[in-house]
Order: sequence, then structure tokens, then C-alpha cells
Amino acid sequence: MNINEINELAKNIRIDILTMTSNANSGHPGGSLSSADILAVLYGNILKYDSKNPKWEDRDRFILSKAHACPVLYAALAENGYFDTSELLTFRKLNSRLQGHSHIKTPGVEMSGGSLGQGLSFGVGVALSARLDEKNYKTYVLLGDGELNEGQNWEAIMTAKKYELGNLVAIVDKNGIQNDRFTHEVMDLNPLPEKWKSFGWECFEVDGHDTESLIQVFQSVNFENPIPKVIIADTIKGKGVSFMENNPDFHGKAANPEQLKQAIAEINNQ
Amino acid sequence: MDTASTREYAGKKILELGATNPDLCVVGADLNKSTFTNLFAEKYPDRFFDVGIAEQNMVNIAAGLAASGKIPIVSTFAVFGSTRPMDQLRVGVAQSNLNVKVILTHAGLITGEDGISAQSLEDISLFLSLHSFSVLVPSDAYEAQAAVELAVNTPGPFYIRLSRPETPVLNHENIQLQQGGSNVMVNGSNISIFACGYMVYHAIEAAKILKEQHGISARVVNIYSLNPIDKSIIIKCAKESQFILTAEEHFKYGGLHSLISQIVAQNNPVKVLSVSMNTYAESGTSDELINKYGLNFNSIVEKVLANLS
Repeated sequence: MNINEINELAKNIRIDILTMTSNANSGHPGGSLSSADILAVLYGNILKYDSKNPKWEDRDRFILSKAHACPVLYAALAENGYFDTSELLTFRKLNSRLQGHSHIKTPGVEMSGGSLGQGLSFGVGVALSARLDEKNYKTYVLLGDGELNEGQNWEAIMTAKKYELGNLVAIVDKNGIQNDRFTHEVMDLNPLPEKWKSFGWECFEVDGHDTESLIQVFQSVNFENPIPKVIIADTIKGKGVSFMENNPDFHGKAANPEQLKQAIAEINNQ
Repeated sequence: MDTASTREYAGKKILELGATNPDLCVVGADLNKSTFTNLFAEKYPDRFFDVGIAEQNMVNIAAGLAASGKIPIVSTFAVFGSTRPMDQLRVGVAQSNLNVKVILTHAGLITGEDGISAQSLEDISLFLSLHSFSVLVPSDAYEAQAAVELAVNTPGPFYIRLSRPETPVLNHENIQLQQGGSNVMVNGSNISIFACGYMVYHAIEAAKILKEQHGISARVVNIYSLNPIDKSIIIKCAKESQFILTAEEHFKYGGLHSLISQIVAQNNPVKVLSVSMNTYAESGTSDELINKYGLNFNSIVEKVLANLS
């Protein structure tokens, strides 16, 4: 995809996120919107996949560790042909494949989540499998910054370094807000790049809403270098909707019908 | 009576299966000498991953391997591989029905001198509560081997419970196990004793004493598969016995006694007695502990005699 198509994809993903969470009257729009540009770039330009053959064995693996942000993943999958966008309206409803937290029953979902801190370890296992099978596929794991409170992440960070997993890329959606408050108030993570670097990872920092920069940083990753990579993406929680941006209230609350109209109008005007 | 180590025989079986099954992997957590997975590690270093003292990480790495077509075994002590990564076992393995084999050693009271933190008395209950896990509690070293073989060759998550010390050999070396299977070790008509793991030995010894000294005919069922479980033998015993007694090296609640009681209550109610743990114990030798806390054949005999009409 060219950059205009990726930006258009990001817009559609945002509208999908807002529509499906509002329709469900629940879900997590804030941390989904902050990841929208990252997923638009990944699914538009970076990942190798076949949406008609979701289990294609050479596909790149995208693992959503922050599984509460599954609306962004469902939107990216639907917009790229894994299933019809109309199915997004079944999100969180009885008998749907689109669960409140992502589950492997959904085509394109690699890992069942819902308890934070597990995705990077899972990604280490997937990346080790690629090596055992002599496959070239890459493993990408999207983490929340609040999620890094979980100590298990740091166990996985050490393990990926020990096993020289150059085929593993962690992405931190650093939107600065977790459930209760701002991350620096709950458990300050700074200086975050230095933490990853001191554990032996190659660290990239990028504006998580600048799609051109995101493409550049993903394309600059040297997979031949046998150390794991982390891309720390500075983002804004609720990005694209004025009353949701940087507002902890919309971590886990959907827009009401009036707010939805306004939000979609704002996205369409960008 | 000959004794042998369930964990050592299991470790040797894992090594053996590694030769014919290239997808078999092991993820360990710095107790690989104790769990005997070091045998596999030495022969197949590319398929062995030591994540250090990090059991939560261990379980999710295994989940990632399983999701990619591997057959990962995770192995550590029962206390560290059950309570600590329970969330990872639940969300990361059970809810996705992934092909992860959890083989935990040093379970139960007979772990001994290390004391209550090391004596796993909750693990059966915890793994039974993980809906999709098959749960196997082998009664001796040969059954431990057979349990490993069954788990590796059967898709889906498995828990296998093993002991620290050597335990009496009760079975033939070529014993095969089945999911939902059981073995009647002693035939009998008055009462039935259901036991798993090390307690099968004590149940057999108790049956001998009951027969020779008291003229009581006790059937002993080795119920090595707890999920799925052989309901038919339980219902048959409930119908044919004056009462049932369960014997387990585990807390009373959530383990074998709870499981058998549920099935008996729903099908053919009879009294179900329990020989099990009702308190945290302490440090001591295996023999001292089973005698003090009543997990032995004497306790089984006394309970049977006290309840016979």
C-alpha cells in the first residue's frame, strides 16, 4: 500500500473501533485508537499474510498482548479481508467470533489474551519455533506501556536476548495512560528506552501516529542482527477523537450514540 | 519390594521420545537436573530451553511453541509449576486448548524435608479446575513412563503428577495407560478403595491387611486418570460396595475425594470416606510425615474398620 492508502486504512480502522465499541456499549476504545496507525502500517505494508489462508505457515505472526485493544485488531483484520466488516457489529455479542478480549477462535488472531504480560513470552515461543523450523517469518508483539508493569515481560525480555531472537520485534504502544491514571503516576516506566537497551535489546523510538516514520522504522529493522528489537511508539490514547485524546475515562468506556456521531465526523474531517 | 523414581523414569521416557518425535521440545526453569529433563537437554540442546527461575514465562513460551506446531513439555516442581503460573496455564494454555504437557515432580507430602512450601497438596485441584487439561497421576515409575507417552501422543493440554522419592513398583514395565482409564489392582467385594499416585501402594497394603487379619474383601482401584475419569468403575463400585474410601496425597477438597464424591452422589449414593491431608504439614522424612499425618495403610485400615457395619 502507498502512504495515502495506509492513512485511509487507519481512518477506517478508527471508525470501525468507535462503531463496534459503541454498538457493544463496552470495550476499550482509548488503547485501540492509540494503536490504529501502528496496525495500519503493519497490515498495510509490513506483514506477510494471506487473509484467505490465515494459517499459512510462512505468515508473519502479529501477537496482540494488550488483548483488551482487540477492536483495533478486529478492524485491521476485517479491513484486510479476513472476514466481512459487517461482522464487527457482533463484537462482544453472544455467539460472536469477536470476543471481548481476543481469542484464537477468530481468523487471524494468533493468541488468546485478556491477562496482561503473557504476549511477549508467547512471542518468544513462536520465534523459537521459526528457528527450529528454519522459517523466515517474523514475530511482532504489541504491548501496552501500562502492561510493562507485569514482571513477566522482563522475564521474556531476558529470554529473547539469551536466545538471540533477531526475528522478534516488540512494539510498545506508549500512550501514557493505564486503567486508573497516567502511567507515570501508577508506576513510572521512565527511562523506558534505557531499560530495554540495558537488557540487550536494540531500541527504536518513533512517533506512533506518523505513518511514514513507522514504515521507515519497520523497514529499517535488520533481522540478520541476532538481537531482539523493540520499537517504542509514542502515541496518544484515544488519538483522533478530541474528547477521547489523553482522557483516562475512555480507557474502558465506549462512546454513546451522540458522541459516536461527533467522533466519526472528526475522523472523517482529518 | 522394588522401588523406582517416577521422575527419573519420566525423564528417560522424554529422552526416548525425543528420538522419534522431532517436534518434542522441553522448556525448563532451572530445576532440570531434579526433573531429569537434563537428559533431553544434553541430547537435544536445540530443542531445550532453560528460561531460568521464571515459571510464568516458561508456560507462555511453551504456549507459543505449541501454537506453532511443537509439542512442548514444561517441567519443574509441582509447587512452582501449578500455583505460580496458574494464570498463564488458564488464559495462555487451557482457554486455547494448546498442546502443552505440564510434567511436575516433587508433588505431595513425601517431598519431605523441604517443608510445607515444597509440599504440593493443591495441584490436583488446580489442574482439575482448568477445564481442558487431562490429569494423570501415575502410581509408579512404569506408569510415569506410560503417562508421558500417552500425553505426548495425545493432542491437548496434559498435567502429569510425579514424586520426589522412589516409590514402590506396582506395575509391569510394559503397562499402557488410557485417557479415562483405571486399573483394578485388587479384587474385592465388601468395600472399594480408590487411590491415585503413591497412595495406590498403601491401598494395596491395606487391602492385604484387611483380608488377612480381618477377613474383609476390599477392592483397590488405581484411578490414575482424573480427567477424564472412568465413571463406569466408580458407579459399579458404588453399587457393589458397602462404602467407598478414597486415598490421596493431597488436600481433601478439590482432589480425588471431591471428584469421586460428585460422581457417586449423582449416580448411586453411598458413603465416601477420605484418607487425605487436612492441614499443612512440616519438615520431616517421607515415612515420618505419612505416619504422623495418616497417609498410610494403617490409616486406611483403621478408617475401614471404624465404618464397617
